[in-house]
Order: sequence, then C-alpha cells, then structure tokens
Amino acid sequence: MSGTEGSDGARAEAAGDGYEAVIGLEIHVQLSTETKMFCGCRLSFGDEPNVHTCPICLGHPGVLPVPNRKAIEYGLQIAAALDCEVAPRSIFHRKNYFYPDNPKAYQISQFDIPLASNGRLNEVRIHRAHLEEDAAKMIHVGTSGRIQGSDASLVDFNRAGTPLVEIVTEPDLRSGAQVREWGQLLRATVKQLGVSDVNMEEGSLRCDANVSIRPVGSSELGTKTEMKNMNSFRYLERGVEAEIERQKQLLASGGRVVQETLHFDPSSGELHSLRSKEESHDYRYLPEPDLVPLAPTAEMLAAATASLPELPAARAARYRDDLGVSDGSAQLLSFETEWADFFEGVLAHDEGLEPRVAANWVTGEFAAELRKQGDQGLSDTKVTPDSLGSLVEMVSSGRISHASGKSVLESMVADGADPRRVVEEQGLEQISDSGELEKIVEAAIEGNPEPAEQVRSGNEKAIGALVGAVMKETRGRADGGEVNRLLRKHLGL
Amino acid sequence: MAESGLTAATAASTAGMIASGEVSAAEVLDAWIKRSAGDDLNAYLWRASAEQAAEGVAASGDGPLAGVPVAVKDIFCTAGVPTTAASRILDGYIPPYDAAAVRRVAAAGMPMLGKTNMDEFAMGSSNENSAYGPVLNPWDRSRVPGGSSGGSAAAVAGGLAPWALGTDTGGSIRQPAALCGIVGLKPTYGSISRYGMIAFASSLDQCGPITRDVTDAALMLGVLEGRDELDSTSVGIKGGVSSPSAEDLSGLVFGVPSALMGEGVEPGVRSVFEATLEKISSLGGRIEEIDLPHAGHGISAYYVLAPAEASTNLSRYDGVRYGNRVPGSDLIDMYEQTRSAGFGPEVKRRILLGTYALSSGYYDAYYGRAQRVRTMIVRDFDAAFSGVDFVITPTSPSVAFGLGEKTEDPWTMYLNDLFTVPMSLAGIPAISIPAGLAAPAGGGPDLPVGFQIAAPAFQEQKLLEAAFALESAIAFDGSAGRAAG
Repeated sequence: MSGTEGSDGARAEAAGDGYEAVIGLEIHVQLSTETKMFCGCRLSFGDEPNVHTCPICLGHPGVLPVPNRKAIEYGLQIAAALDCEVAPRSIFHRKNYFYPDNPKAYQISQFDIPLASNGRLNEVRIHRAHLEEDAAKMIHVGTSGRIQGSDASLVDFNRAGTPLVEIVTEPDLRSGAQVREWGQLLRATVKQLGVSDVNMEEGSLRCDANVSIRPVGSSELGTKTEMKNMNSFRYLERGVEAEIERQKQLLASGGRVVQETLHFDPSSGELHSLRSKEESHDYRYLPEPDLVPLAPTAEMLAAATASLPELPAARAARYRDDLGVSDGSAQLLSFETEWADFFEGVLAHDEGLEPRVAANWVTGEFAAELRKQGDQGLSDTKVTPDSLGSLVEMVSSGRISHASGKSVLESMVADGADPRRVVEEQGLEQISDSGELEKIVEAAIEGNPEPAEQVRSGNEKAIGALVGAVMKETRGRADGGEVNRLLRKHLGL
Repeated sequence: MAESGLTAATAASTAGMIASGEVSAAEVLDAWIKRSAGDDLNAYLWRASAEQAAEGVAASGDGPLAGVPVAVKDIFCTAGVPTTAASRILDGYIPPYDAAAVRRVAAAGMPMLGKTNMDEFAMGSSNENSAYGPVLNPWDRSRVPGGSSGGSAAAVAGGLAPWALGTDTGGSIRQPAALCGIVGLKPTYGSISRYGMIAFASSLDQCGPITRDVTDAALMLGVLEGRDELDSTSVGIKGGVSSPSAEDLSGLVFGVPSALMGEGVEPGVRSVFEATLEKISSLGGRIEEIDLPHAGHGISAYYVLAPAEASTNLSRYDGVRYGNRVPGSDLIDMYEQTRSAGFGPEVKRRILLGTYALSSGYYDAYYGRAQRVRTMIVRDFDAAFSGVDFVITPTSPSVAFGLGEKTEDPWTMYLNDLFTVPMSLAGIPAISIPAGLAAPAGGGPDLPVGFQIAAPAFQEQKLLEAAFALESAIAFDGSAGRAAG
C-alpha cells in the first residue's frame, strides 16, 4: 500500500517560475484474456520462451487474424469505465515497420476510428482507447543491452499477439505527482474491472508520458518529449519532474526543447535520449483487409455497462462523502481493491464501528504492522477483516486501551491470533473501576516523590514519569486520559 | 502422348467411374501420377510420389469425389510439403499447416498430385515471373500459359492433372484458363476461405477452380465454398452449389460493355466473341449494350491497390523466422540482403509501387483515390445488374502471346487484365470458358479464346447454369492441348 504525499498545488507552486507543465499519458494495458488477440495461443507470463506460438502469431505465410471476442468485451468494459463514446464501426489498420519483434512486419492496431473516444476519468479527459496486439519480447545478449552492439538478439514470441488496449489521455496533467496519483487511479480502475493484471514490473501495464512546458496562462503547447515505459508510477513521477526541470532550465538558458524520446534512470536520476523523433517511422497505415469493421451490438454495449463494478473513483467518493473517511485513507483504500474490500469487511463486523476510525486502523496501524513483519501483503496475512473489526471495536468501546490494541495487533499479524482471546489471556481489559485506579495513582505519587514535587512546583512535563509508573503497574490497562485526570486531581492541579 | 482412357476423363466422370466400381481410386491415382511425371511444361514445382499422394486421403475416402486427384497452386500452404509461391525467398520453406482449401479437398478424399508453378507471389499475367522458370502453353510451347495460375492452367489443359486449384487477384484464374482453353472460375470474394493462401492483395485474392469443363468447376466450388472461422472475411455461398443442367438461356439478359472493348482487342478474339454472342441469342438469351463508365480505370486503380496491399503482405519475408536469410553486417543490412536476393524484379517493382502509394503525404493521392475508383466500379456493376443478368467480355484481349514478348513493358503486360480486373475490384464472381480458337495477331496456329461471364455477388449457381448451357452450345474441343502435353 502506497502513501500519499504533497498535493499538486504545492508542487506547481514550488515551480513558481512562470512555466507550467503539460503532460499527457499513453497507457498500454495487456488484457488478461485466456488467448491472444488474433489466434488461439494461450497467454502466459514467465513460461519457457516460444512455447505459446502458432503459425498466426509467428506471421507465417498465408495466415489470417481472427479477433478475440473476449478482448473486444474487455475493451468495451474499459471504454465504459472511462466514460467513452464507443464507435459504431471501428476499423483495424496495419501499422507497418520492420523489427524482429514484429513477426508480420505490421502491427494490427486501430488508427483513424478507434474503439472508444471522448472519455474522462476524474480530472483527466480520455482522448481515445483502442485495441491492438503486443509485439514479441526481445532479449539482447551481450554488454550493450540494445540491438546495436549485442552479440545476439533473441526473440520470445510468447508475448506476440497479446491483446492490448492503448489509452491516450488529453494533455490534462500538470505535475509528476498528479501523473502518479492519476496513474494509480487508472490502474486501480482497470484492475477493478478484472480485465488486466496491471502489473507494471511485468509489463502488463506500461505508461509513456508526453511532457512539455509553457508559460503560465498560455494555451499553446510547447514542444514535447516522450518518456518511455517506466516500470512504476513512482519512477514515472520522478522522471516527469526531472524532465520538467530540464526543460525549464533549457528554456531559461535560451535553448529550445527538441522532440525526442527519453529514458529516465531512477538509480542515477538522469535522463537519456533514446532516439530522435525526426527519424521516426512512416508507418504506412493501411486499413487491415483481413478484418471486417468492429461493430459492437447493442447487447454487447449494454453488457459492458452492466458489468461495471463500483469503480475506485466512485468508491473513494463514497468513503469520503458518505462514511466520513479522511480523503487520504479513502484514496488509499479505494485505489487498491483488496484493501477496500478488507476495509468493508472490518466495518461488517459491527455496524456501530466508526468508519473513519476503522479506516485509520486499516491504513495506519494494520498496514504498518504488515510492513514491519516481513513486508506482508493482504494476501499473505492470517488476519481476517472480522478479527480486525473485533479489535477496533474493543478499542473504540474503551474495553482495551489504544496501546493494548497495538500490542494485540502485533500478535494477530504474527500468528493470526484471535484478539478477544489475547485480551483475555493477557488480562488487557482496561481498569474500568475508577476506585481501583485511584489507589494505584495514589501509590504512584507516593512512590515517586521527586517528579510529584516537580509537577507541584510547575513543571508539568514531569507528569510523564508518573503516568509511566501507573501504566507499568496496570500493564497498560488504564485509559491514558483517565490516568492523567486522576494524577492532576491528586497533585492538586 | 496419346490420352489414355483414365486421364482423358473429366473429374466428374472419373468420380462416376470410381463410384460405379469401373475403376479403383488406386488405378486412377496411378494413371495420374504417371501422367504428371511426364510434365514437360514446367507446370509442377513439386510432385507427389504415389505414396505421398495416397497418404492422408485413404482414411477420408468415400465421398462422391474421393479418389479424384487434384493439382494445387504453390500459393497454398501444405503441411510438410514445400511451399514457395514460386519465390526464392521461400526456398526450402515447409509450412507447418494446411490451407483451408487444401483441407477441404483432402477432406473430400482428393489426393494431391503436386504443387503447380505460378508467377512469383501471384504477380504476373504470363507465368514468366516464377523464380523456377516459366511455364509453357501446351497448345504452343513457344507461348505463355497466362498467369499467375499458369502452372495450374497448363497442367489441366495439358492433361497433367484432372483439375487444379488456382487463385485470382485481378484475373489470375480466368486469364490463364482462357489462354489454355479450359474453364476458370473466380468466385465471389468471401465465398471461399483464404486461410493458408499466401496473400498477395488480401482484399482481392480469391481461391477458385481451374477445370476442363463447367460441371467440374461447379463440383470443385461445392467442395471449396463455405464460411471458415479462420477467415473473418469468409461467408460461403448461401444454398451451396449444385451441378448445372440448364439447356438454354431463355429470359436471360447479357450486357456487353462495348466502350471497354475498344482498340487493343485482337481481331481473332473479337470475332470469337461475336460468334459467341450469336450462340447466346440462339439459346434464347438477349444481348444488351451496357455502360461501365469507370471500368476503364480499373487497371490503374488495381495497380495501386494491389501493390499497396502486397507491400505490407510481403513485409513478413524478412529472413528472421523462416525461408531464406542472407547474412548482413547488422539487422538492416540482413533485411536488405535477404529481400534483395529473395524477391524477383516484378515483385520488387510492386513492393516499391505499393510502399510509395502508402507513404505519408501520398496516401490520399494514390491509395485513397484508387479506393474511390473501386467504389465507383462497384456502383457501375450494381447499376448494370439492375438491367442485365450477366456482364460478358472476352476474358483476355489476346490469345496466348510469345514467351518474352511482353516482359520488357510492364504496362502492356498489365493490359492483359483489362477485362478481368473490374470484376475483381467489385468482388463479383466471373467465369472464363473456352469459346473457340483464333489466330494470334502476329500469325501462327490457332489458339484458344476465353469468354468471360460475370454475375452479381453470390450468384454462382446462376452463373454456372448459364456457362453450362453456353459451353454445350460451343462444344469446344480441348483435346489438342492435352495431346500436346
């Protein structure tokens, strides 16, 4: 679970040098269909190379593509989730270029009439979303790591023909942090649909950013550079920030931005130019004659809309507006479905639970304890939503102190212990009889005359030692507020 | 070589003889294996041994056409059997799968006699563009058989195969059938699966039968047609196809696009065409003048569209995964060396044309405009078919021409397709039947003249009926071609 940091406003402000950044994203989402986009080969990640291939995805002579119905359905679900208009007849094109990862020497993609367009996800407009096929994976043997200067280049066609949806935003983003936050929202949204693994490290979600800057108030777009395929939104955020800074310095020193493709190295923080756009290919787009136009039926469109679950943006709004959960927690929970589901499981334990408090436990203490104990994820933990709910209930009702709650949580995360049993076995229930507590307080003052005297003579900080003594005696079972109140009463404050 | 009883028969009568027990499938196969082994036309690029031919069909064998062998154009992928599309770039390529049409004929129990020669990647009208040498016309070995299905046409006309599979993109079945004195049918685009047929121009390519007579063409079409899940553009022919039996043409109207038949049509071809019109009338058919105002631009549009599609279809031959690879100093050099060595001059010409036509900045002027012409031609036919049942033309402006006669001038060569290209652009079915013999313009012995009949999309049955009635009236004798073979 990732944390939030710095608001966009703050960052834009910090730039404060008369320029604003204009950023658009191109996101490739690998669909998690059973089979490839245009043939029956299975999709897989991490299998032996070249085991999921056939004449079609190897581009043998004479083969023809047949579109994957499931991929089209997934595409329509994405279109619906992004509030897009779906084209009544969208067209596949051939995008021609020679490269060993491109077996037919053309990629089947959509060009002038994409599946979907004119959508929106929160503050960012979606320009288009279209279907296409992925290229094969290349591995360059040797030190260079690139095709030039490598000893050999190997091609794994398992990935060739994997269905992709490419989502292109309008240039509506203004900072690296906003790119990260919105990117996380998009990823969560697609994940919620269940149409992709959206794993950036494995490449099932890949994001390129187009970055330019312009004087604040201008409506023209500056020359953009393209940042390729970062494997996390955090790196993308840093890369985008570095690029914005580079462009500002360039303009400030009288230079100009050159259209190019950049790679950001997160370890060094440096930007490298990959290739100049001026030598970019002429893709010689041609309507794919082997495929008929893609014309979704009314039933397909209705099914896509009907299949939409509650999406992260709506969920965050519901947590915030209806449940009173803090903005940060609402986002943290709803951008990761399993956390949101867990949170709702906690609430289900007892309808009297305060959602804001439960959310703080889930995103705060619980998440931190998981990290502390071997960096566990929700899928690893033995803690059930119901048991965490019962813990939160015990703390909220004052049956155990917050401090005890944290120590119980530690046992729960360690071995899946039942919180009620831990409380019982360790006698953690708070001393609710104030007469009993009062005796302990009096004993603490008598046993610690020095700090008691200091408090009486005006050094209020010294009360901490007395509180500590009471807590030690009660083994944390006393309510901190109550202990404080009683100490002050007996010290005559 | 004299015609033996078995190889003299059409496919239909061979099937009848096998069904009645008069001969066995093994005897038929043996006769054809021996006959095809005598190929001196360079019609075959690969011939099956008796064992290979029998293999795989033994099990599937009691359909009505079981045991009738077939020759297959080398553009169809055949599992385990070399497939080159007559190109050096696919030298040694052995496909891992069978084309849909190949599966269909195998499922009908037909042994494959061999793979036939053709123009490289089906680009040509004379079969002189084969990387494996030209095919000779069985009627006159100094002349071409037409193209691109020249090997299939010469094999059938020369008695080296009972029938054959061909493909037609702008006339590649009909024109060689005409020049060899046999029947060639290009069905409606979408009636037969293109899966496994090596693509030249995907929006035009269509598989079809090359046969001795119209009945055989109907039988083979019946085997081939049908929707195939592996070809998104295939739909099949509603109602299927049955053997034609029409005896006259009464009530049918035949449209002649006279304007299209200006100069350039040989006098001999013209007179056979006119004689055929009279036969139509005598069978009760009516002849009408029609106008196809844009058909004359068909060749120009075709030679933009087909190369454009070809340029992308042929990009996959890059030396990376299969076929010939010529090593290079780096990746780009390997691509260049491989493709320079692998493709012949006509293929290179069309790749260059097509690449140019699709380049950014030229797309609208070339590809876009050609598409618009294509649309107009489609409308021309729609309009014509509102008044007539068929459109008829000579199949080719000339009879078979001499080897090397037109190789220096691509445009003259392209004009061979003048009458066949418009139907391809419109996607409609058209058949060429032999209509008689005529002397070549430059003199010499008489050679076959083809007569083309085109019908609206998916009206194959009606087309075959008319062709059958006319064929009976013409009573063309093709035995001279087979005797020569």
